[in-house]
Amino acid sequence: MTTTDYDPNVVLSTENDFKVVGTRPVRHDGVDKVTGRAIYGADYDASGLLHGKILRSPHAHAKIISIDTSKAEALDGVHAVVTAADFPEAADKIMELGEDETKLRDLRGNILARDKVLYVGHAIAGIAATNAHVAEEALSLIEVEFEVLPSVMTTDEAMADGAPILHEDQTTEELGDDSGVVSNVAKHFQHIKGDIAEGFKQADVIVEREYNTVTVHQGYIAPHNGTAFWSADGRLHIWCETQGSFVVRDSLADLLDMPVSMIRVTPTEIGGGFGGKIPIYVEPVAALLSKKTGTPVKIVMTRKETFEGSGPTPGSKIKIKVGATKEGKITAAHAWMAMEAGAYAGSPVGAAAQCVFAAYDLENGLIDGFDVVVNKPKTAAYRAPGSPNAAFGFEQALNELAEKLGMDPIDLRLKNVATEGTRRVDGPVFQRIGAKEVLESMREHAHYLSEKQEGSGRGVAIGFWFNIGFDSACNIALNKDGTVNLTEGSTDVGGSRTSIAMQAAEVLGISAEDVRPSVVDTDTIGFTAVTGGSRTTFATGWAAYEAAQDVKKQCITRAASIWDVDPDHLQMEDGIISSKTDSELKMTIKELAAQLSDTGGGITGRASVKPRGVGGSFCGNIVDLSIDQETGKITIDRFTAIQDAGKALHPSYVEGQMQGGSVQGIGWELNEEYFMSDEGKMNNTSLLDYRMPTALDLPMIDTVIVEVANPGHPFGVRGIGEANIVPPTPAIANAVYDSCGSRITQLPMSPGSILEALKS
Amino acid sequence: MSGIIVVTNNFVRDIKDNQGGSLLKWIDYQAPESVADAVKILADSDGKARPLAGGTDLIVQLRVKDPRVNAETVVDIKKIPELNQMDYDKSGGLTIGAAVPLHLIYNNPDVIKHFPAIIDSASLIGGTPIQGRATLGGNLCNGAPSGDSIPNLVAHKVIATVAGPNGIREIPVEDVCTGPRQTSIDSNELLVSLYFPNPGEGFGANYIRFIPRNEMDIAVAGAGVSVNISNGKFVDARVCLASVAPKPILVEGASKALVGQPVNDESIQNAAEAAREAASPISDMRGTAEYRKHLCEVLTRRALNTAIERAGGN
Ligand SMILES: Cc1cc2nc3c(=O)[nH]c(=O)nc-3n(C[C@H](O)[C@H](O)[C@H](O)COP(=O)(O)OP(=O)(O)OC[C@H]3O[C@@H](n4cnc5c(N)ncnc54)[C@H](O)[C@@H]3O)c2cc1C
Repeated sequence: MTTTDYDPNVVLSTENDFKVVGTRPVRHDGVDKVTGRAIYGADYDASGLLHGKILRSPHAHAKIISIDTSKAEALDGVHAVVTAADFPEAADKIMELGEDETKLRDLRGNILARDKVLYVGHAIAGIAATNAHVAEEALSLIEVEFEVLPSVMTTDEAMADGAPILHEDQTTEELGDDSGVVSNVAKHFQHIKGDIAEGFKQADVIVEREYNTVTVHQGYIAPHNGTAFWSADGRLHIWCETQGSFVVRDSLADLLDMPVSMIRVTPTEIGGGFGGKIPIYVEPVAALLSKKTGTPVKIVMTRKETFEGSGPTPGSKIKIKVGATKEGKITAAHAWMAMEAGAYAGSPVGAAAQCVFAAYDLENGLIDGFDVVVNKPKTAAYRAPGSPNAAFGFEQALNELAEKLGMDPIDLRLKNVATEGTRRVDGPVFQRIGAKEVLESMREHAHYLSEKQEGSGRGVAIGFWFNIGFDSACNIALNKDGTVNLTEGSTDVGGSRTSIAMQAAEVLGISAEDVRPSVVDTDTIGFTAVTGGSRTTFATGWAAYEAAQDVKKQCITRAASIWDVDPDHLQMEDGIISSKTDSELKMTIKELAAQLSDTGGGITGRASVKPRGVGGSFCGNIVDLSIDQETGKITIDRFTAIQDAGKALHPSYVEGQMQGGSVQGIGWELNEEYFMSDEGKMNNTSLLDYRMPTALDLPMIDTVIVEVANPGHPFGVRGIGEANIVPPTPAIANAVYDSCGSRITQLPMSPGSILEALKS
Repeated sequence: MSGIIVVTNNFVRDIKDNQGGSLLKWIDYQAPESVADAVKILADSDGKARPLAGGTDLIVQLRVKDPRVNAETVVDIKKIPELNQMDYDKSGGLTIGAAVPLHLIYNNPDVIKHFPAIIDSASLIGGTPIQGRATLGGNLCNGAPSGDSIPNLVAHKVIATVAGPNGIREIPVEDVCTGPRQTSIDSNELLVSLYFPNPGEGFGANYIRFIPRNEMDIAVAGAGVSVNISNGKFVDARVCLASVAPKPILVEGASKALVGQPVNDESIQNAAEAAREAASPISDMRGTAEYRKHLCEVLTRRALNTAIERAGGN
């Protein structure tokens, strides 16, 4: 253990009169997970199970002339082969996937390519066989004739005049209207506040620069997987790792053109997602194969398939121009952002636009966003999608501005900070937010006040994620021993089961351990949206709060009937029901629970909510690093993350999220990239060569939890899962600049590229 | 043959991973208890048998069905006594059997006392679990240009003892690797042991590699060096590079730049530049050719400085 002269994990609390909220109980799923008993998607087994494999495109862009599956079908052990032709025909429509939306036609095209393949790894056909070995062998027997087409890999290539076109029927939506122009730009939008031309006139200093980021993957440990059983009565049952079992159900219903009631999705434990397990990939293929064979079919991606055939987050080009007066008041800012959507429209550039300037109160701002298709896998959400790319540009530009102004970079930010009532450039007006408090605690942190070590560089930055609300449901049944069974539908990626249970426990005045939370299937709970957008603890927690209130009310009513008094005279505090007027009348929830059956039957509380009071979260970083001058290798020496949690329900979980987000941001910055060949093939499709940081590449990540309560939640909760991945990229870039005087505007900052920068 | 376990194809076929795929191709497993038996199995297998030491390369290659490893039989060599020996002899030399796992090497008192620099690579390869199984012999016979122990062995002037149908022969380690994953050890031969000769007076050695991360990576470049220093001058020196050519390369120019020269920054820099010139790397996802050549210079300089310090020369 290292010791420090400061507290490495601080919770700056504004309010603390809770019993359960704010404590650190052991997670309910902990024992199963550390002992290996927990069942993940790939663990699923069933009698008669067949194993599926998917044939994928070797080309980045090609027409499919013909597919001949006859030889594969004839192979001993092969039970069925499916292609896009096995999908029912259905009209196109827009599908909401939580953090994403996509066209049904595009989703279908991504799951099994119809006329064209649009990236290396694009799925073409599925095979079910007695084992994966046979299925794999059969893949090589499918004959596909391609007409290879020229491809585009970056927004520059895709937006160039005369660029090869991915979708002949895609015309650019230009500022809300269909331009009628066929192009790889699916959409160009703008957000305007004030008049930037006027603003730049008032500026004494202006910084203008271009920044580029490359495709990176979430890197969850468990590859995508799914098992489907299409039963003889026409009902489809899916077991899979997903961030949203209802998204899987509803997507499948659209794709397969069947009612949602015919589909049941059982979410297994999930080996990470970070947004990447919101979309579906293998489940529909397994379903079609099961329909053909009448037996359950399981498909598990390999790591290579996960890199090539699931959704990474995009490479992007960001141009920033920002001006300020001598006093440090920002007069205007322009962000021009083009993001790779991958093969189908829908990059996170829209979300990036909501985040890029969010921390600042700007009088004049302009945001241009371009959603651009390229011959790479369709991007998916990745922790605050789009926001890290945007921050890599704007938060670097701000430090450059601070340097020109001779100001401390945190002071510059504080001078322009957004607060309650600030209208963002993209429209919304902030409720109470904690941007200012985060910046202030950065400025006061022991790390920021400490002397830099000889030769090291220091950088700061902050980042934002707006968070989402959406639907959640929860049921709570009182057991006869006074514990409760809590069922909910939010698949648990980050410990949400426990933080949801804690909110019910707080209301009922019982311990977190006395709540048994279960994440159940889509037949067993009301509609619950994805685990994403940092919504789960906030929204499903709210459902648990409401369901617990329902239980509480029923407990009071039952006690009133037992005692034969008016329920309005009773109260329930700390798990004890008592009379406000008669001190003799007192009963614990456990005592009441024991008599339920004799006094009228069980008590079940329930709630379905769609809360609106979402509170965005800000996170700041202070980073110290050193650079090996001869090799260009960066060592992160010290890293502090400071985030507004609203209320940290379970501070250890919040710290874990902050540390995890920081690590992913560090990896994104330092070494992670899709290393593409000239033919558009990813060369580094293993975790050996896709270099995510290991524990040995990281310092301990110190945390400060700031608590500026969200007025839109009963306990003040804000979602905290995402904002923490935003500041590392610019904070590290700023530290590199501080260390060596070079502005790195291209990710990743691998040793070779840093050495180049050191030389110039 | 005694002590040979033949596992039927069907048994191995049934070992499934959790994806329902076979972990292994169906292959036979044999575990001879003498060099002679092992050589016989290899010779009778028409190139379709592979020695299995720690298996940390071989099993991975079989699992991913690497076409270069077309094995129908694996010959586990861990039960052969000669291959498990660790012998420090009167002449001051050390014999390490081909099946001795790395953890026994870096914990061995003779190694620690007389050949401490071999610990540089022995403790670098993989992590603790890998080091419980992996061997120097396997690292060498796998023949990867990036094999971390190979430059380290070459710098120690190690001699490989190889048994085959025609008896025993000895090969200097620098002559073992002939190309990427190709060696001069024939498919019907077995590496028995590695002999570290007495390094002589004023000896110091070092192996270092460059990787972008601090763990879980393949050397972008590596340098194994050794020096013998007497009266402030290099009387002998070796520099061997990893990952910058189709095989590990012994840099003759570096030895020339050092031997007979005084121990100073200039001679070290000359050797480092010779290493840079000798390297003929490719550009790939692990680094550009130019960057790798540059690293050869940096790593050679750094490794030489450590070796000199260890030799007590500075
Ligand atoms: C997680 C992980 C990390 C790794 N990290 C590193 C690293 O940092 N650096 C590095 O260099 N390597 C690394 N490796 C590769 C591997 O561990 C080493 O090359 C190791 O030294 C191989 O030894 P082994 O005994 O396991 O060889 P095996 O796998 O048993 O054999 C390797 C090859 O040599 C042949 N062979 C083995 N013994 C003999 C013999 N006596 N005679 C003839 N042929 C023989 C085998 O047939 C096979 O072709 C790593 C591997 C893994 C899985």
